[in-house]
Amino acid sequence: MGNRCAVIGVGQTHYTTKRGDVSIAGLVREAALRALADAGLSFKDIDAVVIGKAPDLFEGVMMPEAYLADALGAAGKPMMRVHTAGSVGGSTALVGASLIQGGVHERVLVVAFEKQSESNATWALSTHLPFNASLVVGAGGYFAPHIREYMRKSGAPGHIGTLVAVKDRLNALKNPYAHLKIPGIDQKMVESTPMLWEPIRYLETCPSSDGACAMVLASESAVTGTPAWVHGTAMRSEPIFRAGRDTVSPQAGKDCAADVYRQAGITDPRRQIDVAEVYVPFSWYEPMWLENLGFAAEGEGWKLTESGATALDGDIPWNASGGVLSSNPIGASGLIRFAEAALQVRGMAGEHQVEGARTALGHAYGGGAQFFAMWIVGRERL
Amino acid sequence: MRDVAIVAFAQTRHTDHDTGLSEHELIQPVINEVKERTGLKRFGFTCSGSCDYLAGAPFSFVSALDALAAWPPISESHVEMDGAWALYEAWVRLQHGDIDSALVYGFGKSSLGDLRTIMTLQLDPYYLAPLGLDQLSYAALQAAALGAERKELDEIVRRSRADGRGNPYAFDLPDPEGDDLAVRPLRKADVPPITDGAAAIVLATGDLAGRLHPNPAWIRGIAHRTEPHYLGMRDLARSASAADAARAAGVGKGPVEVAELHAQFPHEEIILRRALELGGDTVINPSGGPLAANPVMATGLIRIGEAARRVHDGTARRAVAHAASGPCLQQNLVTVLEA
Repeated sequence: MGNRCAVIGVGQTHYTTKRGDVSIAGLVREAALRALADAGLSFKDIDAVVIGKAPDLFEGVMMPEAYLADALGAAGKPMMRVHTAGSVGGSTALVGASLIQGGVHERVLVVAFEKQSESNATWALSTHLPFNASLVVGAGGYFAPHIREYMRKSGAPGHIGTLVAVKDRLNALKNPYAHLKIPGIDQKMVESTPMLWEPIRYLETCPSSDGACAMVLASESAVTGTPAWVHGTAMRSEPIFRAGRDTVSPQAGKDCAADVYRQAGITDPRRQIDVAEVYVPFSWYEPMWLENLGFAAEGEGWKLTESGATALDGDIPWNASGGVLSSNPIGASGLIRFAEAALQVRGMAGEHQVEGARTALGHAYGGGAQFFAMWIVGRERL
Repeated sequence: MRDVAIVAFAQTRHTDHDTGLSEHELIQPVINEVKERTGLKRFGFTCSGSCDYLAGAPFSFVSALDALAAWPPISESHVEMDGAWALYEAWVRLQHGDIDSALVYGFGKSSLGDLRTIMTLQLDPYYLAPLGLDQLSYAALQAAALGAERKELDEIVRRSRADGRGNPYAFDLPDPEGDDLAVRPLRKADVPPITDGAAAIVLATGDLAGRLHPNPAWIRGIAHRTEPHYLGMRDLARSASAADAARAAGVGKGPVEVAELHAQFPHEEIILRRALELGGDTVINPSGGPLAANPVMATGLIRIGEAARRVHDGTARRAVAHAASGPCLQQNLVTVLEA
């Protein structure tokens, strides 16, 4: 994986339904300035900028890196734009890290954003003929059948999803940047909300958020402040229409995890990883990814969720930040997972800090559960 | 840096209309061609470049993955940029030292919409796009800022079209005639043709490159830079970012026999020649360049492929390729290739 790379700065905006007070440029700049402040640096210390976001149709700005170059201090520097569907935030971090690991740059600013209030993401995600077979309405419409298949295969009881919906929102109450703050949320409240896509209820889905997240990445010799060291990085993709692919536990996810674990020397993720920030946009994806990522045996993920192991006070907290279920500026959601993993091992996660966290997983997925991006970060150099 | 070379390049026979092929049907033949030519079925890394706005639908790259036979799953990424930047990302990934090959491709069908208007959506959505400044209008602003002689511009178009007629993948466009205006001072003949097309390149490191091609085109320098978006903040008659990228890539470290420039309009070629400090003895765009075929999102990658082809066939020992993005050459990538 090349030269050492560290996260030395993290910046986030407060995620919310609509940021009417800032332009898109203002939004990304806010996150970037906070990341630079965290690293004790300014734009002049940055060698290159990598920006990621989900489809341009969300804001109606085509290839917005051109427009955002000024706001991100990129003039005179290399700037790249990543787009790998929902996994793009994670991929953006990995492309930035790659520039350091490849020895090309010393300090890279990575930024991801979505200003979803500019459009209706559900319709932007409903791809249509003649380009593709219809994926029905929105991401939920696409993923609900996969969830039902998981329930059938694993025999998971129907309430497991609500447990995740409650747990992640309770965590969000401890995260100042989280979008959804629902005091008093409990299983009953989740069950009282309308069914959107069987078995996904309203409170079992992610919100639609405006927001941006940024990180400053550095080579070993350019580290300032408190670093989170990158122990492993991996991307995997598989075709969406391949007949016979396992959409419940995709091979690309398994391969990506195996690759990143190998680099980080992890053989037992449940024991060796202290906290995981995993892309869970629909509650049921927690038990599904617990299995796909090797934290539980096949068919056993829901039991881990049910036991409380993934809660903030459990032995393997998942989404201590509140996760995608609590904040979802789509293009940034993956980068937020990667950034929250870094905050945890830097000991800077505040009220949702997992005590003594030394090793953390950041995870993102996208497309038809076919694009995966992951990294492992640690308190120590590997 | 680790030695990386271009060992295969393929492109479609570009068309000026929608032939009915989907984007993945468009790329599959060129992917297969570079696989066959190298004998490689799997690559350490794969990266592509495309733009949703050309198809007018999100995730155009997602089904493109189905054309790759990406099974077992592959290590893969995508840039919403010209495929030239996908090549840059792959080159960086190869620097890590743990993999030795990469597949890069770019594709686009500009026939599906009104490209001139679509490109307006690339501008600042608050202050520029609402002005309705379209692609030809801002290009014309740059042409006016440069103020080149009409004779020089005409000669560039004539030469590009003539070279394009000798390139089986580009269009057979006649010598420019008449003085029909597009947007003053640009004439209709100065405007690149609407094009559907795709291209693919295979990169390989060290020994593997030598095994895959008798004359690998070694990447001796590659760099890119952007500059302020707002046209009023730039001297449009010059390209500071292209000049910076050229210096960082080391263009001036030796003679440049061939340069493939992503100049969509004739005045851009003049600006870029100056920015890259290319002398009169450098052959510019022997492929015909974007004025002879301009499959948006693959055009920059094709420049790299065409430059590599001159090294592969021995006609050049040192060649330069350039790719651009953003309004009025806002962003520029320069690659130096050597035998």
